[in-house]
Amino acid sequence: MASEIFEPIIGLEIHAQLLTESKIFCSCSAQFGGGDNENICPVCMGMPGTLPVLNEKVVEFAVKTGIALNCTICKDSLFARKNYFYPDLPKGYQISQYDRPLCSDGCVEFFVDDELKRVRVTRAHLEEDAGKSIHDASSSLVNLNRSGVPLLEIVSAPELKSPREASEYAKEVRRILRYTHVCDGNLEEGSLRCDCNVSVRRKGESTLGTKVEIKNLNSFRFIEKALNYEIERQIDCLTHGRKIIQETRLYDSEKNRTESMRSKEEAQDYRYFPDPDLLCISIDDDQIGAQRKTIPELPSQRIVRWRSQFDLSHMDAALLADERDRGDYFQETVNRCGNPKAAANWIMVEVMGKLNDEKKDLKDLKFAPSLLGELIQLIDSKRISGRIAKDIFKKMWETGESPTQIMEKFQLNQLTDDTQIREMIQRVLFAHPTEIEEYRRGKIKVLGFFVGRIMKESKGLADPQMVQKILMEQLDEGTKGTCE
Amino acid sequence: MSLHLMDFFEIRNGLVSKEFRAREIVSYFLKRIEDHNDQINAVVTINENALRQADQLDLRLARGERLGPLAGVPFVIKDIFCTEGLRTTACSKMLHNFVPHYTATAVHRLISAGALVLGKSSCDEFAMGSSNETSCFGICRNPWDLSRVPGGSSGGSASAIAAGIALGSLGTDTGGSIRQPAHFCGLVGMKPTYGRVSRFGMIAYASSLDQGGPMTKRVHDSALTLETIAGFDSSDSTTSKQSVPRWSASISSDLRSTKVGILKEFFEDLDPETAETIEIAKKVLQEAGAQFVEVSLPLVKKTIPIYYIVATSEASSNLARYDGIRFGFRAQGADELNIEDFYIRNRTLGFGSEVRRRIMLGTFALSSGYYNAYYEKACRLRRLLQEQFRELFCRCEFVLAPVSPTAAFQIGQKIQDPLEMYQNDLFTTVSNLVGLPAITVPVKLNQYGLPLGVQLIGPHFEEKRLFDGGFAIEEKIQFYKSRPNGF
Repeated sequence: MASEIFEPIIGLEIHAQLLTESKIFCSCSAQFGGGDNENICPVCMGMPGTLPVLNEKVVEFAVKTGIALNCTICKDSLFARKNYFYPDLPKGYQISQYDRPLCSDGCVEFFVDDELKRVRVTRAHLEEDAGKSIHDASSSLVNLNRSGVPLLEIVSAPELKSPREASEYAKEVRRILRYTHVCDGNLEEGSLRCDCNVSVRRKGESTLGTKVEIKNLNSFRFIEKALNYEIERQIDCLTHGRKIIQETRLYDSEKNRTESMRSKEEAQDYRYFPDPDLLCISIDDDQIGAQRKTIPELPSQRIVRWRSQFDLSHMDAALLADERDRGDYFQETVNRCGNPKAAANWIMVEVMGKLNDEKKDLKDLKFAPSLLGELIQLIDSKRISGRIAKDIFKKMWETGESPTQIMEKFQLNQLTDDTQIREMIQRVLFAHPTEIEEYRRGKIKVLGFFVGRIMKESKGLADPQMVQKILMEQLDEGTKGTCE
Repeated sequence: MSLHLMDFFEIRNGLVSKEFRAREIVSYFLKRIEDHNDQINAVVTINENALRQADQLDLRLARGERLGPLAGVPFVIKDIFCTEGLRTTACSKMLHNFVPHYTATAVHRLISAGALVLGKSSCDEFAMGSSNETSCFGICRNPWDLSRVPGGSSGGSASAIAAGIALGSLGTDTGGSIRQPAHFCGLVGMKPTYGRVSRFGMIAYASSLDQGGPMTKRVHDSALTLETIAGFDSSDSTTSKQSVPRWSASISSDLRSTKVGILKEFFEDLDPETAETIEIAKKVLQEAGAQFVEVSLPLVKKTIPIYYIVATSEASSNLARYDGIRFGFRAQGADELNIEDFYIRNRTLGFGSEVRRRIMLGTFALSSGYYNAYYEKACRLRRLLQEQFRELFCRCEFVLAPVSPTAAFQIGQKIQDPLEMYQNDLFTTVSNLVGLPAITVPVKLNQYGLPLGVQLIGPHFEEKRLFDGGFAIEEKIQFYKSRPNGF
């Protein structure tokens, strides 16, 4: 088979829009939306005589991301101009970084199924976004709202071995960006964009084959599908003795195929040179240290720890670590109750299920994770039954009150008093002589009937295990009695 | 009353003591523009609001408000500086209809200090030239001899002041564009340290070299203007946070214990007239107490190629925004073309030939495969120059140098030969490459009645030394008393 002879080598360029309020070189709003050409000024319109002034917040965000990607932060990195003509590029050049990027030599650890992988990040550099061209049959329009929005381009080494690995890597980068709150990772709105470089070679070869770039893949699914198609296409080329052309291709998701956009011969010479309008970005150790302190435990680290420390399954750990606030919620719940398995179950089943039904978000929850922990503690200490816990949970959901408060207010404490339970059982048995007879004739099923009645008698509060135990005792005693 | 013969101090004084009103100043100079601009073609756009702005100044004065240091001083502004509501063209067809809705920081500060803006002065297209012959408004002439150029690129500014149709101007200097026209027109032209004056609102030619500065008749007026416009600007990251001294209050012609460098390489094959001018300046400086040391810096002979590589490279990128899409010139029929041809049509017809030449040179120098041989090498040599000048200034306070190889040349004499034209920048480009402040001070008239000046080049942020040296020359020679015939 061809796929046994050939192997693909993939590298990703991920463009992440940084979540700063204003643009990278002017004070216009960088928020998505807004009326056409509403968030623009002479600077991001490239008007004559205007100059870029670097937004310090952008640098903070980029340094933070760089640290989270385990990069070396350059202390005097440079902006460069990337020159090309396009109607939505108002200055005729894009301010980017070239030979001295802000972040370099990092790596990302991520899981493919339950296997931990590591891929190097060659560089992550700052640049400004261009505007947007809108074409129709007769004319083209330009919207410059996005012109000057800050982007961080994260470039992986060509080390990814399969489309699946590539998409998992991309997902992990998205998670890291969201964990560090530097990017919302919204693929539909374009705040995260991905280009893939892919080549194939015969297994065992050490040099890379001719690479093809696939542009603008706006979902993780498309990354995989486009790469799968492209790898097959390249292998097909090679097995039929055709040469692969170095080119840029676009993925057509409807036809599920890639199509040539431009070849290397048509590729632009961007004439990069240092931008004389901007000073080098100087960063000192204190700034790096300050940003380092803001980096949370990252998703893959969490998964590894939760698997070993809490004995969670990989699936559960990964699901909980997928979003930072979910993971935080889980961790805080565990901190309170000390029962990770129960915490995981409650969050994955009850909390996430209900949030899903109501189309709500974790931040809409009325109660803090410590209260969920408290609820689990109440169960674990047998003060409430699992069934009552669900009732209390419903009330917590509505009011945000603490489970202990709810329990006390509605007197929902589990009934564990031996005498009280015995009395209740006696009452129920006394009222149902026929059913006792049935039981004694061997109709074990009646047991459930009794338990139900007793629980009802106790308004659901009796400890079901105790009820079961005492009921059996009494029924069996009674049997003995009649035999006498 | 000859307002056009006054210096800034006299104007402000006359205004404050109510000898004349700001309205009269503006009317007086607008009349002079009307009478004389046809001869020299120095002013390309009149500020229709000038009288109204003068009235506001008069009103403030009547209310007893304190007026700024440049109150009432009539300026023309090189048409490279953006002025809100006032057409700004860079003297290019490309921007023939461009009216900015923002004002350059330097102009804004000038106006805040009470200066009156009469209009915009001509220059070479996008400040690219040494003769003011490439302006889309036609050639500008030198009042000292109407058959000659006023120099460039700030030729209109120099011509206007020499003709007395304005008292001061803001020019820009990328490779000598303030100093060479000042030399050709008998003026004081100051190119400050790179980073002294904000470039915000100055239409960029070569960003790492461009610097705005004053053009005046007197050294004191130059100092006063520079201290008004200089200083950090949050809209230009390359401006310096160095404090701006009140040079005008401390100018001194006492040059005792001042060592003046004579840069050997600048004095080889010097035109006799230029050599003689230098000798006069030397004598004057010596009388003021200065001593001379010969210094050498072989690399300065290479400054023209270094300059033209750096400047054109940056220009090729800076001028990319002129595409006819959002503002400026759009060629007839361009809308029917595909995007590639749309660009080509607009840019071919919108730019003049010198601008196109420089864009092509710069594009070439930055191209892949040539970058290392040209742009990168030029930058390396530039850094070397900077280091060598740092050492040089350990040995002297400032350098005395020629401004230009000759006095003003004939209109048409060099315009067909770009390389010959570029040689005009032989003595001026080095201060731009290194970022040094440099001043032109007029010294004499030659046998044809054309002004000749000298240049003083100082270390970074030491403009004071240049004002002092310039003042020593001015005090002794009093060139400002000479006037071109007919103006």
